[in-house]
Amino acid sequence: MSSIYLDHAATTPMVEEALIAMTAQLARLGNPSSLHTHGRATRKTLEDAREVIAKEVGCLPSEVIFTASGTEANNTALKGLYWQGRDKGKHVVAISSIEHHAILDPAHWLEVHEGAEVIQIPVNADGVVDLEFLTHLVATRGNEIAVISVMHANNETGVIQPIRTVVEIAGEIPVHTDAAQSFKKVPLSFAELGVYAMSLSAHKTGGPLGIGALILRRAVEIPALLHGGGQEREIRSGTLNAPAIVAFAAAAKSKYYDSAKVSALRDSFIAGISAALPEVIVNGLRAERLPGIVNITFPGTQSDTLLLLMDAQNISCSTGSACSAGVHEASHVLLAMGHNEVSAQSSLRFSFGATSTSADVDFAVSVLPDVITRGRAANLS
Amino acid sequence: MKLIAAMSGGVDSAVAAARAVEAGHDVIGVHLALSSNPQKYRSGARGCCTIEDSHDARRAADVIGIPFYIWDMAEEFHDGVVEDFLAEYAAGRTPNPCLRCNEKIKFAAVLDRARAMGFDGVVTGHYARTQISDSGKTLHRAVDHSKDQSYVLSVLTVEQIEGAIFPLGGTTKVDIRKEAEARGLAVAQKPDSHDICFVPSGDNAGWLRDRLGSEVGPIVDQDGVKIGEHKGAYTYTIGQRKGLGLTVPTADGSPRFVLKIEPVSNTVVVGAREDLAVSTMRGERAVWCGPAVTEQAQRGFVQVRAHGAALPCSYFFDGTLLTAHLDEPLLGLATGQAMVIYDGDRVVGSATICETE
Repeated sequence: MSSIYLDHAATTPMVEEALIAMTAQLARLGNPSSLHTHGRATRKTLEDAREVIAKEVGCLPSEVIFTASGTEANNTALKGLYWQGRDKGKHVVAISSIEHHAILDPAHWLEVHEGAEVIQIPVNADGVVDLEFLTHLVATRGNEIAVISVMHANNETGVIQPIRTVVEIAGEIPVHTDAAQSFKKVPLSFAELGVYAMSLSAHKTGGPLGIGALILRRAVEIPALLHGGGQEREIRSGTLNAPAIVAFAAAAKSKYYDSAKVSALRDSFIAGISAALPEVIVNGLRAERLPGIVNITFPGTQSDTLLLLMDAQNISCSTGSACSAGVHEASHVLLAMGHNEVSAQSSLRFSFGATSTSADVDFAVSVLPDVITRGRAANLS
Repeated sequence: MKLIAAMSGGVDSAVAAARAVEAGHDVIGVHLALSSNPQKYRSGARGCCTIEDSHDARRAADVIGIPFYIWDMAEEFHDGVVEDFLAEYAAGRTPNPCLRCNEKIKFAAVLDRARAMGFDGVVTGHYARTQISDSGKTLHRAVDHSKDQSYVLSVLTVEQIEGAIFPLGGTTKVDIRKEAEARGLAVAQKPDSHDICFVPSGDNAGWLRDRLGSEVGPIVDQDGVKIGEHKGAYTYTIGQRKGLGLTVPTADGSPRFVLKIEPVSNTVVVGAREDLAVSTMRGERAVWCGPAVTEQAQRGFVQVRAHGAALPCSYFFDGTLLTAHLDEPLLGLATGQAMVIYDGDRVVGSATICETE
């Protein structure tokens, strides 16, 4: 029995160009910070890669700060912009209530350890950030806000957020956006969005694990998390991971991702499931969404049971939410959208990628009704 | 068969899962999260409730090459085991929570869920055996008597035993550790867990005091004369001699032992060693692991502690209470403990001791 991968939002296969670029670079000698021939050669390759990525995300090369992950980019941006604001007497960190843990947790840490006041911006039932709330917040407490962070698209539901409008409302307040899920899936331009900072992760877009980038406006100086050689604008130290960076650039440049094809697969999946199981709820259905992500609530089930049963059918999918000691918790994203604990724990995320096929969709649709029946029985036992 | 292997993160359940796979079964590993606020690391010799233990279980499943999931049973465990444990102590009895966990969690909540999901049974690393006989599948002691856990499994009904697989019952613990080593399981030398898993400090009396309070009450002799004070009756056990703090000596200087704990009057009764002697015990909530016991008295053995001796007795069931008459009296027997009847190595059934004389 073949295995079917419907968890591309967790990570997706590396594209061939990236694989070739990475393996070639692994064989080359040279620390990019060295001044000699070997160092210069690596530096050249690396700066070429930086320019490629800058072009693809609509920023200046100097605005690209390489990090070891999207999580590091988020931490660097949120903490750095908070500390910068705090020096000017601003102590509020405003984040959307549906952020990834890589924003939620540093925000919480700032609250506990660094004197921040964290305000969560709610979302509506479709999972879109409440712009009226934000407008009111900025109008009443704008001069206290150090940073606003709203993700570009949610990792659990795929719902795209109105970042351009958030930036307009924010005015002078620095806005950060976590665009890990969006890059290469939908048009994304740092310059056009007008944000201060944007986080990217290579492995969500056909690049390797262990490399990300913080796109940070030039001339914005924020305190560093990692101190050392000062390689990346003194904001991030550490010898640059040249093989991963060239692979990231190769993936960024690649035309591997066909948004229309992926969204067609997703829609046929939704149609198939809805026909077989009319009681299901597609979360965020009315909102603008990424092509590849769909989040479905199956009433009367528990998602950890469904995951096990799907896995037994060789289908890899996810709940999309974080685990604590592996114990499944209700998704904060679905709770923020108005679900209760029970219905939030009855939901699965299916995410499609460039390598997904209609056969994958057909098989998943064919096994789901039986999985749901067993899942319901287990829930009642 | 399609089986769920309950994996605690210890060596026994890891080897049990590996053996089930090797026997050709389709196995999925499941770790039961029994605490809603697990500790990060193991401290001392308690092992199954920390995040470290769940990582150990996951690693073992990966090495064996089976899928692995964590089932959150914290609520069921709290309601069925922890609350019961507290209520029993509050009522002056001495409960066995491992037995309750097998009865209500591992072979009830887990087995029911497994069956509903289309699985045939649950594999555990318990040291016990099952056999197929004319009267169906029966429960037996492990070959390694020093590790035998049939006592804590004696609450399983015939139907639960049908769905239980114990791959370790024919092997000694020493050999299980060697086998784990040979299989490349990192938990091979992990210490055995004992103590009560949900009492993280191992300080049972302190844990109970925090939850049941420490109301001072009298320690009296058998004539009801107060001869001392205690700080919470439930921290004493029947037969206890040390730590009573009595200042009034007996006439002949002989030691005193706890005979009885009376929760309503918050009184601890002490007396002479010979007054601890029990020759008859009765138990309620009887469960049969095979054919039911009848009013017809039978010869057999009764065991009253997890690793206690099997005591020769005759036993019968009057429809309400299971009674065992011991051939030789036993000193110090707490109510709340399980009385488990054996016919040779076969577990006949069990009941919760409610009366002794």
